[in-house]
Amino acid sequence: MDETLSIVLFSGTDDKLQAAAVLAGGAAALGRPVKIFLQYWGLRAFCADEIAADHGLVPEAGAAGRAAVDAAAKAGQASWVETLRAAKELGEVDIQACSASMDILKLKQSDLDPIVDGVEGVAAFYINAGEGQIVFI
Amino acid sequence: MDIKLKVDASGLSCPLPILKATQGIKTLQPGELMEIVATDPGSVKDMAAWAGSTGHTLVEQDSASGKFRFVVRHK
Repeated sequence: MDETLSIVLFSGTDDKLQAAAVLAGGAAALGRPVKIFLQYWGLRAFCADEIAADHGLVPEAGAAGRAAVDAAAKAGQASWVETLRAAKELGEVDIQACSASMDILKLKQSDLDPIVDGVEGVAAFYINAGEGQIVFI
Repeated sequence: MDIKLKVDASGLSCPLPILKATQGIKTLQPGELMEIVATDPGSVKDMAAWAGSTGHTLVEQDSASGKFRFVVRHK
């Protein structure tokens, strides 16, 4: 439980972002360092002007899935952003933007929400992941 | 039982109850007790796993009136 958990967050729909936040938050609560590497649509979801927007759900959710997620939100479930902020406050959660994805999306670090700690390339990501597990979302 | 800190995690779903537990236990000294109440059924196994992993002791738990109550002693 001391090994760093690294999460490559490629997807940008609210359901997958929430899943990533739950995995990060759980690890942080257990005292495990977490590193999140934002790629493509995952990165896009962390843009300052986008982070609070509705990112939708994957197609397989369908109408029933949409209704279920809306019901959970109405019942007070925290959003993925709130869960991540809580996790960051409590544990070692480091969030880095993939530099290649930054290039593709033509982003500067100032376009990103301050919750993102920096920009790094894949080699740095692998070094920081060490012997810990790497999860792709 | 001298509960030093009471945390209400009612209505919060995973992983917020254990995040709140972590937040709360950080404010306590070794030996002090924290009570945490949750409504998420997943919290039963989560709290046990959290206590086991972090080294704090789950001294008491019950589920009266539909809520899950846990008392944790700081290690």
